[in-house]
Amino acid sequence: MSTTTSTPAARKPTSPGFRERVTNLPKAVKILLWVLFAIFLFLLPLLNIPFITTEGSDFGGVLFTVATYVLVALGLNIVVGYAGLLDLGYVGFYAIGAYTIGVLTSEHAHMSWVVVVPIAIVIAMISGIILGAPTLRVRGDYLAIVTLGFGEIVRLTLVNSQWLGGAQGISDIPKPPGFELFEVPSIDWSSGAPVVDLDTTSTFLKFGINDFVPYYWLALGVISLVLLFDILVKSSRVGRAWEATREDEDAAELMGVPTFRFKLLAFALGAAIGGLSGALFATKAGFISPDSFQLLLSILFLAAVVVGGAGNRWGVIVGAIVVSYFPERFREFADFRVLVFGLALMLLAIFRPQGLLPPRRTVRAKRADDRQAVLEEGEASV
Amino acid sequence: MSDPTQPTTGDDPTAPAGTPGPAGPAGPAGTSAGTSSGRAEPTGGRTLADPADEVTEINPDVDIAPEDIGVPVVSEGERLLEVDEVTLRFGGVVALNEVSFHINKGEILGLIGPNGAGKTTCFNVMTGVYQPTSGGVRYLGKPLGKRKKYQITKLGIARTFQNIRLFANMTALENVLVGVDAHHSTGVVSAMFRLPKHRREEGQGYARALELLTFMGLDGKADELARNLPYGDQRRLEIARALATSPQLLCLDEPAAGFNPAEKAKLMELIRTIRDQGYTVLLIEHDMKLVMGVTDRIVVLEFGRKIAEGSPAEIRDNPAVIAAYLGVDEEDAS
Repeated sequence: MSTTTSTPAARKPTSPGFRERVTNLPKAVKILLWVLFAIFLFLLPLLNIPFITTEGSDFGGVLFTVATYVLVALGLNIVVGYAGLLDLGYVGFYAIGAYTIGVLTSEHAHMSWVVVVPIAIVIAMISGIILGAPTLRVRGDYLAIVTLGFGEIVRLTLVNSQWLGGAQGISDIPKPPGFELFEVPSIDWSSGAPVVDLDTTSTFLKFGINDFVPYYWLALGVISLVLLFDILVKSSRVGRAWEATREDEDAAELMGVPTFRFKLLAFALGAAIGGLSGALFATKAGFISPDSFQLLLSILFLAAVVVGGAGNRWGVIVGAIVVSYFPERFREFADFRVLVFGLALMLLAIFRPQGLLPPRRTVRAKRADDRQAVLEEGEASV
Repeated sequence: MSDPTQPTTGDDPTAPAGTPGPAGPAGPAGTSAGTSSGRAEPTGGRTLADPADEVTEINPDVDIAPEDIGVPVVSEGERLLEVDEVTLRFGGVVALNEVSFHINKGEILGLIGPNGAGKTTCFNVMTGVYQPTSGGVRYLGKPLGKRKKYQITKLGIARTFQNIRLFANMTALENVLVGVDAHHSTGVVSAMFRLPKHRREEGQGYARALELLTFMGLDGKADELARNLPYGDQRRLEIARALATSPQLLCLDEPAAGFNPAEKAKLMELIRTIRDQGYTVLLIEHDMKLVMGVTDRIVVLEFGRKIAEGSPAEIRDNPAVIAAYLGVDEEDAS
């Protein structure tokens, strides 16, 4: 009993959190950290880090799938997280983006991939407006039901329209034009220590059919652009209008926010990003069919947003990684995958209902509430 | 006698929750304060316990005069808004029955009446929440017609809510910024490329929002979430948010609900200062002392009808008003 520090550590003035410590770094260091992080992400599929790398399936392909989920989650976050509109038919936009690519590059025309991707984005955006214009007049649960119907309508149209390939879908979607700049070697861990393996390389940027790493790089580039867009728009009048609408639609309207217009805008932007993600998916897969766009996918997308923390862009990225990466990583437990996933969701709902990484504000509000609870308890005991 | 606005719509459930009855200086105004939302409301304990909750002092010298929002500015004393024989029916219930009154530029007009008299409904008609069944509202000489709520706000009519309806999970500053944004037009493209318009509007917006917060004495709490502010600060923040839209007419719906006498006195001071900075104020209030002390004219409603209009002194002695407030049956009294 020599050095009993009786004051518990918890009593200390709250040490700066991760966020504060990061924001306090000098700007140059921050930029350097970001660059290093970006390089790490680009090299991730080639590093073959043990345990992280998926055994059963190609790691590049898995990372690409994760990246499309991240993209979808970012788009859905605008709709659900920022504007507070519950959209259960998001897979519809994803399908529209993918089918635009399929129809215009393989099924009915052979246009260049570079031209078709912007078209896919625009068509998805227009479909978002077409869906939103009549339905955004209803709120909450009713909107969820209507959008749920939209997702199914899109899928059933695909199944029944021979022009769109019917149930067989569309195959032979061409690869995007690539250019071969340099080769990046991978790392081999088979001897127990990392060894640079010059025989297994990925070419920047050659879109082949065996190596999915370049697709992952493409998706990563798209994600950074979308993230930048997200950050710029969120921190403007538009972002504030979305949040005000989410918080109290009537009050927002009475404070001069044309809420309908902003809700429609959120829907259109979300749809555009969903369509873009679908376009990337179709490009990599080379084959699409209505089976790829089941309702379950909408639920998974929404799960990504909710698990991560709706309203926080970094949170939904984590959420997307969780719902798309872990099932691939633990493929060996395939039979129990859904069971474990369901359990994990339940635990999350009980212990962390705001998501893994809730918006900073929610965290702050929670802290204030806790402090309040402590104060009130103290008062009661006096 | 329940408020007829209640069952019809979820739009604005601002009907008083307190029991109908006399609303003297110590009347039920306090108990009728926003009991329905519960969302934005701190508990009583917070107001006592939190050290950050000293009574907020306003800074009346900060210039918060309304900005030019492109509507014609009428001169002092001219008619700003006219409510013209407005009748509003919800099915068989007549919420407003041929109510007519006007508001002059630069005055503080009180709108009083027992619970369920139609005061808030009247606000709702003026701000476009409800369309009158017959009659209409003229603003700056022109009928408001079927304009949408946000369009009316842009024309210069702003309001607060009887139950506090702040954007609870946004900071105090952001709440006010939303109000300032009413007259901005930055869209996705401007924001995405950080065009000069975006930068100019953000700069001006922040400056005005901070001025308003300073005026209200809330500048130290700009980054607090609205839901974490103490009750009185939330009420003040609502007024700041409404002022941010640079209104010609500011409508306050029971701003003193839940205030103690000291806070009410401060609020009277605040309302006067706001008027002196160039705003016209329409005030719904239960607290007779406050209404009598601060208003230039008073309109009294009962059961959806206007029963009296005049200066505070005239209203005080009006037998119909006394009867309405004390619940005396006029036939019995005579």
